[in-house]
Amino acid sequence: MAYSDKVLDHYENPRNVGSLDKNDPNVGTGMVGAPACGDVMKLMIKVSDAGIIEDAKFKTYGCGSAIASSSLVTEWLKGRTIEEAYAIKNSEIAEELALPPVKIHCSVLAEDAIKAAVADIKAKQANKEAA
Amino acid sequence: MWVRRKLYSVSQSYFDFFRLPAQYDIDLALLDNAYRSIQAEVHPDKFVTASPAERLKSMQIATLANEAYQTLKHPTSRARYLLHLNGVETQEESNTAMPTDFLITQMEWREAIEEAENAKDVTALDQQLMMMKKTAKSLQQVLATTLSNTETLPEAAKIVRKLSFIDKVSTDVGNIIARLED
Repeated sequence: MAYSDKVLDHYENPRNVGSLDKNDPNVGTGMVGAPACGDVMKLMIKVSDAGIIEDAKFKTYGCGSAIASSSLVTEWLKGRTIEEAYAIKNSEIAEELALPPVKIHCSVLAEDAIKAAVADIKAKQANKEAA
Repeated sequence: MWVRRKLYSVSQSYFDFFRLPAQYDIDLALLDNAYRSIQAEVHPDKFVTASPAERLKSMQIATLANEAYQTLKHPTSRARYLLHLNGVETQEESNTAMPTDFLITQMEWREAIEEAENAKDVTALDQQLMMMKKTAKSLQQVLATTLSNTETLPEAAKIVRKLSFIDKVSTDVGNIIARLED
């Protein structure tokens, strides 16, 4: 299958690969997996006290589309509020990368990873307030 | 002859088709025998002089037998199919919320595989493959019990999702080993 130029670009030069300190109270981690293709994606976001995403890193094992989807969202996430991040739809990712229908689930994986990371940071913040 | 199977209807399950009990633990030798006898009954050589309608019917049965056999032969697809018969879908395309500890293990496996592949270390890959097979085996043992009780079917669906993951990674490792040994 032919990948789009944008997918190839992110696949060959993935942005923000790596991880952040998972014990940092301002870091949220989202881990998701797609059983059908065996893909696993870890997304980490560092959020300021004002709720702005300052940094985002990812690590993905999977096909080119899954890697491109996660690479793209790390670029999108920086500077956004966690609410804005939570509102990102997989269709926006799929459209930006021109994913074919059979690869749409890769963008779903990226959306779910964002939601999981946001849920994690919210849980951490709730814990912090409770403490 | 195959005529007795002519009444096969869509409401019949693959288990019925092979006259096996609809359960996870099945006798694979019985499955093999049933499959082979059906394939022999509908073998194209036997329909050289048959009417086009009969020939078509025999081909349809042969195709169905293949599909049913492949589905029931492999533990993961057999479990997935049993769940489907019971109205539980495994959502392997859409449900990405796997347990975190399982995903962490997947990450670690992938990292170890990547390392071994870069080092062209076939022994390490073989060991990884064996370890994954062991993990799959223990999950399959839990499947047998969770699939026999209606209340634990959702639990069984979770196990199928995990097995699907492990199957895919195992295939990938097998391909890497084949490539390195080439």
